[in-house]
Amino acid sequence: MRHIISVLLENESGALSRVAGLFSARGYNIESLTVAPTEDGSLSRMTLVTEGSEQIIEQITKQLNKLVDVVKLLDLTEGAHIEREMMLIKVTAEGVDAREEIKRLIDIFRGRIIDVTDVTYTLELTGTGSKLDAFIEALGNTTILETVRSGVSGIARGAKSLHV
Amino acid sequence: MTLLSYVIDKKEYYLEIVNVELNGAEILIRFLKDEGVEHVFGYPGGAVLYIYDELFKQEEVKHILVRHEQGATHAADGYARSTGKPGVVLVTSGPGATNAVTGIATAYMDSIPMVIITGQVNTWAIGSDAFQEVDAVGITRPCVKHNFLVKDVKDLAETLKKAFYVATTGRPGPVVVDVPKDVTIATTEYVFPETVEMRSYNPVVKGHPKQIKKAAELLLAAKRPMIYSGGGVILGEGSKELIDFTRALGAPITNTLMGLGAYPATDDQFIGMLGMHGTYEANMAMHECDVLISVGARFDDRVVGKIEQFCPDATIIHIDIDPASISKSVVVDVPIVGDVATVLTDMIALVKEGKSGQDENALKAWWNQITEWRGMNCLNYDRHSALIKPQFAIEKLYEVTHGDAYVASDVGQHQMWAAQFYKFDEPRRWINSGGLGTMGFGLPAAIGVQLAHPDATVACVTGDASIQMCIQELSTALQYNTPVKIISLNNRYMGMVRQWQEFFYESRYSQSYMETIPDFVKLTESYGHVGMRIEKPEDLEGAMKEAFAMKDRLVFMDIITDQTENVYPMIAAGKGHHEMHLSPERELA
Ligand SMILES: Cc1ncc(C[n+]2csc(CCOP(=O)(O)OP(=O)(O)O)c2C)c(N)n1
Repeated sequence: MRHIISVLLENESGALSRVAGLFSARGYNIESLTVAPTEDGSLSRMTLVTEGSEQIIEQITKQLNKLVDVVKLLDLTEGAHIEREMMLIKVTAEGVDAREEIKRLIDIFRGRIIDVTDVTYTLELTGTGSKLDAFIEALGNTTILETVRSGVSGIARGAKSLHV
Repeated sequence: MTLLSYVIDKKEYYLEIVNVELNGAEILIRFLKDEGVEHVFGYPGGAVLYIYDELFKQEEVKHILVRHEQGATHAADGYARSTGKPGVVLVTSGPGATNAVTGIATAYMDSIPMVIITGQVNTWAIGSDAFQEVDAVGITRPCVKHNFLVKDVKDLAETLKKAFYVATTGRPGPVVVDVPKDVTIATTEYVFPETVEMRSYNPVVKGHPKQIKKAAELLLAAKRPMIYSGGGVILGEGSKELIDFTRALGAPITNTLMGLGAYPATDDQFIGMLGMHGTYEANMAMHECDVLISVGARFDDRVVGKIEQFCPDATIIHIDIDPASISKSVVVDVPIVGDVATVLTDMIALVKEGKSGQDENALKAWWNQITEWRGMNCLNYDRHSALIKPQFAIEKLYEVTHGDAYVASDVGQHQMWAAQFYKFDEPRRWINSGGLGTMGFGLPAAIGVQLAHPDATVACVTGDASIQMCIQELSTALQYNTPVKIISLNNRYMGMVRQWQEFFYESRYSQSYMETIPDFVKLTESYGHVGMRIEKPEDLEGAMKEAFAMKDRLVFMDIITDQTENVYPMIAAGKGHHEMHLSPERELA
């Protein structure tokens, strides 16, 4: 099953490579990994998307917890949570019909056009991973020149929060 | 800078105390002193010359100059295993650090507390492929509990304190501190950090009371209870509690290779080591038990064999300080995270309380079954051979040393025979590389043990292949006068490799025969020690007595053994505990 794991870790050089090293050394999957400092500059927040049996996920959380740089961790998948990913996508947009069609589509998906040339649009879209997938699917014949996805960020629903 | 004010004749005077600034090298040595470190095992080089210069100016911290950095790590490791104190290593950057990696990984696999200080090129040169630069933090990351790069001298003392704290608490392990050369010459004020706080690192001690209660109930209700204990009991100083617990419960106990000595081997409830080369009775008892309690053991593949066939009928309880060790391979029913000694203490009380509810008859039947298995005499060997049987050599070692020696071992058949035939009654006496299985470990480890226990009897059991992997440390042994007795079981083969080739590769002995072997007697003599060669069984006891009587000399006993002997019992990798190969000689009791 797919799990989204949120990790608070010391904002220190090397912390990220410890996490990445753990996953490669123990052969765990990483679907995506995002990391950035939090409002407390000494901490980074990481969101990891991984896949595995219950036993493997249990090992992953235990092994992550065991890393000295990991301060706290939460498997978001265990409760209600919100998952968001941002995508920037550059597509060819030539001819009135094609440009109209893309505009219509990005509206439906509640995204935005953020850069325009005579022949291209650059689009910004936020949502769950599967929504972004669906958008790419919906683009159909439109030529995609470039996609950039941020990887998933997640947060628990309700009053619960992951903090030190 | 501090201001002190005092008043004389109603006038206030100020005294300015200016703390002297020390450089990084001075801080490092001062710190080691303040931390109570007595021995540092190391080897100098460019990046650590300021540190060596400080070492030179003092006497409290004694530096042991090894002959290869691998030797430094193993010696520090042996020191740590035999004392429980952290071993300390100091090596230079680049090749110094890479040479140390094997020993760091060895300590990591067996959770040995160690602090390794590696020199590094100047901070401004890091990343430029400077002379003798390696990314020591990167290279060691997968084989340390944690590591640090100190970029500012102001962080040095605190980082060192953290390193010792992390290395020695929770599930112990090696910690590397990489110190660039310019940090060792930069100056700052030094205050010994008495305590350390790390929000991201808080090892658990107390076990969960509900889980402990559940475990005690299960054990008391068991018809065929079994205790399986490992190296964690030794690391966690839980031997006394383990003994009390085992006696209170009245169950049979087996130790892993790493756990030998935690429970006295000469005690009746001890049924031998388990696993690949464990006794028939221990492995059968594992297979047949109905409640198993694992104490500080990690269900290693050499112990478990085939996971699907591991303790098929048992409810499994597991006490471990490391949550990640629990249900890693074998999924357990009652996990208890906590320090073994603390958890066992809680459990002993509950077991004693509920003792009257135990099914005495079932327990008696269980012991009868175990006695029957013991009757298989699984460790028997040909005692009438004209050649020296390796098992015989270990039995003699046990007798001559009255079971009271520290035994450091290398890796191979000799290691297994030592584990099977030397009956360890105390923890921290059996010093071996179990997890990584590092040939070359034995001799430097024995030197480390001897330095920690100058008056003790220290033996190094080794083979003709293993001993050559760190033979250079004979020179260290002379310099520091460590009178280790080397018991080399010389079978002219990499015996363990030969055994696997005999069993599983139709006796194709590919590259396992040592075509050329040095004359170990002459070799030892050239290093300034005493060498002996023993070729006949009847000469062994006398020679050993003579060797051990030489209290202040290192003696290398080159014992020419039967080349064809195999280690039995043996469970082939991936087989169940009940599928043991037994010795053809076991009938000859
Ligand atoms: C550094 C290292 N290289 C290779 C091995 C694989 N290996 C395990 S046992 C063994 C043979 C050991 O031979 P020896 O020291 O003579 O001991 P014996 O088995 O003959 O008692 C080898 C090569 C190892 N454990 N460690």
